[in-house]
Amino acid sequence: MNEMHIIVLIKEVPDMNKVKFDAERGVIDRSSAPGEINPFDLNALETALQIKEKLGGKITVISMGPPQAERSLRDALARGADRAILLTDKRMAGADTLATSYTLASAVKKVGNFDLIICGEKTVDGDTGQVGPEVAELLKIPHVSYVSEIREVSRDRLIVVSELGDAYLIELKLPGLITVTKDINEPRLPTFKDKMRARKAVIDKWTAEDLSDVADINKFGFSGSPTMVVKVIIPQERVKSCQIFKGENAVKDLVDIFEKKGVLK
Amino acid sequence: MKNESEYSGILIFAEQQEGKIHPISFELLGKGRELADRLGEELSAVLLGHNMKDVAKELIYHGADKVYLFDHPSLRDFDIVLYKENIVDLVKEIKPKFFLVGATHLGRSLAPRVAAALETGLTADCIDLQLDEKGDLIQIRPAFTGNILAHIKTRTRPVMTTIRYKIFEKMKPDTSRKGEIIERKVKLIENTGTRVLRKERERTVNISDAEIIVSGGRGLKKPEDFKLLRELAELLGGVVGSSRPLVDQGWISKDHQVGFSGNTVKPKLYIACGISGSPQHLAGMRDSKIIVAINIDPSAPIFRVADYGIVGDLYEIVPQLIKEIKKRKFGDD
Ligand SMILES: Cc1cc2nc3c(=O)[nH]c(=O)nc-3n(C[C@H](O)[C@H](O)[C@H](O)COP(=O)(O)OP(=O)(O)OC[C@H]3O[C@@H](n4cnc5c(N)ncnc54)[C@H](O)[C@@H]3O)c2cc1C
Ligand SMILES: Nc1ncnc2c1ncn2[C@@H]1O[C@H](COP(=O)(O)O)[C@@H](O)[C@H]1O
Repeated sequence: MNEMHIIVLIKEVPDMNKVKFDAERGVIDRSSAPGEINPFDLNALETALQIKEKLGGKITVISMGPPQAERSLRDALARGADRAILLTDKRMAGADTLATSYTLASAVKKVGNFDLIICGEKTVDGDTGQVGPEVAELLKIPHVSYVSEIREVSRDRLIVVSELGDAYLIELKLPGLITVTKDINEPRLPTFKDKMRARKAVIDKWTAEDLSDVADINKFGFSGSPTMVVKVIIPQERVKSCQIFKGENAVKDLVDIFEKKGVLK
Repeated sequence: MKNESEYSGILIFAEQQEGKIHPISFELLGKGRELADRLGEELSAVLLGHNMKDVAKELIYHGADKVYLFDHPSLRDFDIVLYKENIVDLVKEIKPKFFLVGATHLGRSLAPRVAAALETGLTADCIDLQLDEKGDLIQIRPAFTGNILAHIKTRTRPVMTTIRYKIFEKMKPDTSRKGEIIERKVKLIENTGTRVLRKERERTVNISDAEIIVSGGRGLKKPEDFKLLRELAELLGGVVGSSRPLVDQGWISKDHQVGFSGNTVKPKLYIACGISGSPQHLAGMRDSKIIVAINIDPSAPIFRVADYGIVGDLYEIVPQLIKEIKKRKFGDD
């Protein structure tokens, strides 16, 4: 039997604690924060690494993004991925979740022969959680979202805990896809040696043309996106400033407010 | 592009688990009714489950004109592929203009699969829906961890969107409302690839439904100190919430976590004790009616979103609050 092949989908995102938003102009200043691997995708990669440690096999990470997303793929290689593919092309820009999923699914088809795809629960910028299930649909494989634990894993099936309000134990036949929550594990950090090794690693870069044998490239990017952002509003910090209660009457004043607002019953 | 004029009416997904309708479904009917009336079109619901006839009536009482019912033992538990297949077939046949799904974990797992199968656009986790002058749907949603609000339009049909819980009002149920329950033949699939083995864990608290939440953050020194917050919460008839680090440390269960990777809440009163107010925490509680912050550091970002604040040590303030509230409620000292 050939070895287990896991594909992890990762996106480079701005660090949310640093990124600046221009409320007046309604724009996000992406240059204000360095890019990093979407935090939830680190959990996805860690899940793959743990499965590989158990069953052996190979991990391929795939990302669609601008050329500088290469550094996130290097980070993924440093953490233990075996191969990294960056899908980068102007024709892929401006993609919504459907076009993104279509592009990623096409790349998966081109890579071929996989057993399991792992995604993060959502990205901190797009914040939809849609790409995982959409990729699964486009590849016609089953999926389970919001996986917080893997109970059993073998070459042909997983048994996972999925958080659907209450938590359910679900069996997933492979090939299949899961999206994982932050609770599933604690992502490892790469060592200095790993980082050095990854600096020299080769990253495959695929353009739209490279996918033309498996995809209709008109379905990539903006032209393949059925949704359009017509306006972005960056809420101004609330004008109504916080009323601070001070001194020995502070607590009494606050409870007065509770009474006035009818929360004390 | 598909012919737009073929599409009419609004469809909502009625989510059930263990035969009980999730309240989000009634909220979708409430908003759906309003939009359908303005467009002069029909409002339908799709319901999948087992022995759901009586439940289907509730959807009519809450505003549906039609309920498409898929009733079969194999639909009792959520089966992603089976649910998707049956819904996709229905949508292709009835061609609704808009299709609304609750942004619960179940809805957010199902809707993207349906959208991808239909090759239509899907907007996640909307907090408002508006109609423009042409009757097009404008979908408003937070993105960038809640830092921006995007207005989104969809150029394919149906326009699909998931809607955040507790945003829209449900209608008062009216048992005299008339509607049609249409039983559909269920498409069955031998092996869908997933199988629910059992329920693993019940949620310990449904924090999204709470009217009052007293949350603790890293200002707490040890796990037992949640007792203090619990006392205050119970006194106010509320529940305890938490920032993520304490959940990660195992001090309290994930069901209590408020924020981007936890639960979104919208209570009447949110009291943040020893919480700094990171973007990820704010993403989950920003829309609370009244926000109170208790923090030792006057420059903590939480004060920027709070309506009221006390700068001080929570270990002093919270006990005083408890004492004062007890005094007013029960008159004792
Ligand atoms: C992808 C991602 C998702 C995340 N999701 C979430 C999420 O869902 N929810 C969430 O909460 N966080 C989340 N986080 C973590 C988030 O970034 C912050 O680390 C976290 O919210 C900080 O928690 P805190 O406010 O309790 O702790 P801190 O930021 O350490 O703040 C503690 C505060 O307590 C105050 N304090 C200390 N002692 C006292 C005292 N005695 N009395 C009063 N005040 C005191 C301090 O002044 C300080 O302001 C996420 C992070 C990432 C990267
Ligand atoms: N551009 C991308 N490249 C690779 N993976 C992606 C990309 N966008 C989204 N994903 C994957 O899909 C998940 C959900 O993303 P989203 O739907 O944007 O919230 C992420 O956690 C990633 O695993």
